Amino acid sequence: MPLYHTDDQAMLADTVRTFMAEQGGIKSQLRHWRDTECPDGFGHGLWRQFAELGLNGILVPEADGGLGMGHVEAGIVLAEIGRNLTPSPFLTTAVMGATALAAASDELKGRWLPGVLDGNAVLAVAIDEGTKHDPQRIALKAERAGKGFRLSGTKSCVIHGASADCLIVAARTSGDDRDADGMTLLAVPKDVAGVRHDRIRLVDSAMASHVTFDNVELDGSAVIGAVDGGREVLNRIVAAGRVGVSSELVGVASGAFGITTAYLQTRKQFDRLIGEFQALQHRAAHLYSEIEIAHAAAYKAQQLLDAGSPDAELMVSVAKAKASSAANLAVREGVQMHGGVGMTDEFDIGLYMKRERALTEFMGDGNYHAGRVAELSGY
Amino acid sequence: MSELDAFRHEIRSWLEENCPAEMRRPVTSESDACWGGRNYTFQSEAQRQWMERCAARGFTVPMWPTEYGGAGLSAEQAKVLREEMARINARSPLSSFGIWMLGPALLHFGTHEQKLHYLQPIARGEIRWCQGYSEPGSGSDLVSLQTFGEDRGDHWVVNGQKIWTSYADKADWIFCLVRTDKANKYQGISFLLFDMASEGVTTRPIRLISGASPFCETFFDNVKVPKDQIVGEVNRGWDVAKYLLGHEREMISATGGGERATSLGAELTRQGIELDPVLRAQVALYDVDALAFAAMSEKFSDEARSGRAHPAQPNMMKYAGTELNKRKHELTMMAGGTAALEWESEASGGGARSRGWLRTKANSIEGGTSEIMLNVIAKRILDLPGA
Repeated sequence: MPLYHTDDQAMLADTVRTFMAEQGGIKSQLRHWRDTECPDGFGHGLWRQFAELGLNGILVPEADGGLGMGHVEAGIVLAEIGRNLTPSPFLTTAVMGATALAAASDELKGRWLPGVLDGNAVLAVAIDEGTKHDPQRIALKAERAGKGFRLSGTKSCVIHGASADCLIVAARTSGDDRDADGMTLLAVPKDVAGVRHDRIRLVDSAMASHVTFDNVELDGSAVIGAVDGGREVLNRIVAAGRVGVSSELVGVASGAFGITTAYLQTRKQFDRLIGEFQALQHRAAHLYSEIEIAHAAAYKAQQLLDAGSPDAELMVSVAKAKASSAANLAVREGVQMHGGVGMTDEFDIGLYMKRERALTEFMGDGNYHAGRVAELSGY
Repeated sequence: MSELDAFRHEIRSWLEENCPAEMRRPVTSESDACWGGRNYTFQSEAQRQWMERCAARGFTVPMWPTEYGGAGLSAEQAKVLREEMARINARSPLSSFGIWMLGPALLHFGTHEQKLHYLQPIARGEIRWCQGYSEPGSGSDLVSLQTFGEDRGDHWVVNGQKIWTSYADKADWIFCLVRTDKANKYQGISFLLFDMASEGVTTRPIRLISGASPFCETFFDNVKVPKDQIVGEVNRGWDVAKYLLGHEREMISATGGGERATSLGAELTRQGIELDPVLRAQVALYDVDALAFAAMSEKFSDEARSGRAHPAQPNMMKYAGTELNKRKHELTMMAGGTAALEWESEASGGGARSRGWLRTKANSIEGGTSEIMLNVIAKRILDLPGA
C-alpha cells in the first residue's frame, strides 16, 4: 500500500482540517478553557460536534455503529488536533478507550459505546503508577471478592481521569508487579464508591488526576478480556495511544513550524525580513526535514498497525521517538526564532512548547522508545 | 489473484531461476558492484550472468520503454520487482551513471534518434558514462563554469577542465556541461555528449583521504564534438542539468522503497561487538532516525512515482540521507575501536571500515552540499525571502 492518502482519506483530511481550524482553534478552545479554569480542560460541546462528524467512532466497527476505519484515519484527526492544540478527549476515548472496548463484553460495549459515539461520554485509561511511562509494571491490586474484585492502589497522572465516565484500569490480579501475566483490565465507572481523584492541571492546561482506589468493589462484569490475561489487550491500547500521540505530535510540530515560518516572513530587523538570514533559513530547512521524516514514520507505523503486521511494534516506537524529537526541535526553534515575543503568553508559540512537553511524556518519551527499538532489534 | 499479485508471482519465480546465489548478497563496496562498459572485466561468471539476464528482460532499467532496452514496467510493478529483489537480497545487476542520470535526461530531453542510439547500450551495460559538471572554480556555484565550446559550424571545439569526474578514467563517454555563450550566464551552457577516447581528452585520478581514487581531473584540449551530440537546445543545457541534479540527489539519498531498513545496533551485535551503555543509547537514537528515514524514503518514492512529491523534495532527501549516513559511519568507527583504525590488514578487509567512514564525508559535498540543499529547501519549499 503506498504511503499517501487514498481519495477517501484526503477527503477526511480536508473535512477535519477545516472543522478543527474553525471550531477547535487556540483562541476559542485552548485559551478559553484555560482562562476560565475549566475543571475538565476541554469543552463538551466540541466533543459532541466531533460526534456529529462521526469522528468518535472512527476506530469502532461499522457493526457497532462506528466508521470502521483504522489508525491512519485516526492519525489524520489527531494531526489536526495537534496543529490547533485542540483540548479534546479524542485520544483517550475514541482511540485508546475504543481499542479497549473492542475487546470488551457485549454488556460493557452496550453500556459505554453509545455515549462514546454520541459525544456524551468520556473514557480515560489508567496504566502508569509512577512518573515515567512503564506499562510493564502494574502494582495496583485487584483481589477477588465475592463475584467480583476489590481494588486498592494508585494510578498516576491519568489524563482526563476526573472527567471520565469510565476509567479503563490495568490491575494486578496475580503474580508480581512486573509479570506480563496476572494483569487484568477493568472498566471502572465514575460513580463507584472508593475512587478518589486528585485533580492536577498540567503545564499544557490539560487536566489529569492522581487516582486512589480505596477498597473499590467491582462486579465481575467489569473485566475486559480475560482475568489475568489482560496484557495482550493492554498492548493494543498502548500501541494505539503511542501511534496516535505520534500523529498529534507531528501536528504540534507542523503548527509550531507554520507560525514560525510566517513570523520569519514578516518580522524585520536591520531593515530586512529575518527570514532572509541564512543562519535562520538553514535551521528552518533542517526542521522541515525532521518534521517530514516524523510524519512518514507515524504514517508507516499506522499502516503496519492497521495491517496487523509483526513489524508494527518496532515502527510504533520509532514513530513515537521520532515525533517527540521533531516536535521538541520545532517548539524550541519556534520560541527562539520568535525572539522576545516568543516568551510572551500573547503569542501562541509558547503554548505549542507546553503541549509538546506533555505529549512527549505521554505513553513514553523518546528515550523510552529508543530503548524499545534497541530491545526489539535484539541489542 | 489481482494482476499485481500475478506479476509478483511471475517475478518471484523468474528471480528464483535467474538470480545466481552469489548475487544474493549485498554489494560491499563501489568496486564490488557491476559497472559495465567497453573496458569492464566482470569479477565473476555470476556477475556477468546476472547482468546479462536482467538486461535481456529489461530489468536493468525496469521502467524504461521496451524499445530503449527497458521492461516498460509501471511504478507499481517496478516497486514489486524491487521488493522481490530485496526479499532475496538480490543486488542491483548494473550500477551506472547512464541509468541513474543520463538516461532520465535523454528520456526527457532527447530526440527519438538519440534515445534509440544511446539508451540501449546503457541498458545492456555496454557503454559506461561519466558526468562532467564541476570545475576547479565552479563547485557549489556550478553555473559559473568556464569550459568553453567554440562553434565551428558542424562541430564545437571544447577546451577546459572538469574536476571530481567520477570514474572518468574508466568511463567510455561523458555527458558534459560546456559554456557555448560567454555573455549569458544561465542560458549560455550546452549539454554535450562525447567519447572519452576522443583526441584531446586526458584524465588524472585524484587521491582521496580514503586512499581510493574514484574521482578524476579531466582535461579537454581542442576536443571536437559533432553538433548532433547535444541534448536539448543550444545554450539551454542548464535546464537539462537542473533536471538531472534532481535525479542525482534522489539517487544519493533514496533507498528506493524496496530495501529493508536494517538496524545498526543489530548489525554491530551480529559482529560480536559489545556496546557500552552510552554508545548503545547513541546507536538506538541513530536507529530511530534511520528507521524513520526508511519510512520517509518509501513515502517519497511512492509520492515521486505518482507525481505527488514537491519538485524540490529530493533536496530534503539528499540532505537527510547523507547526514544520516555520515552519522552511521561515525558510530561504526566508535563501536569498532582500534580494530576500525586498521588501514591495510586482511582482517579488516583492507581497511574497509576506516576507508568507508572517510568516503562518507563526501556524501554531503558531492551532488550539491548539505548547505546548498538547505538553501534550496528554504527558498523553494518554505518560500523564505530570498537573498
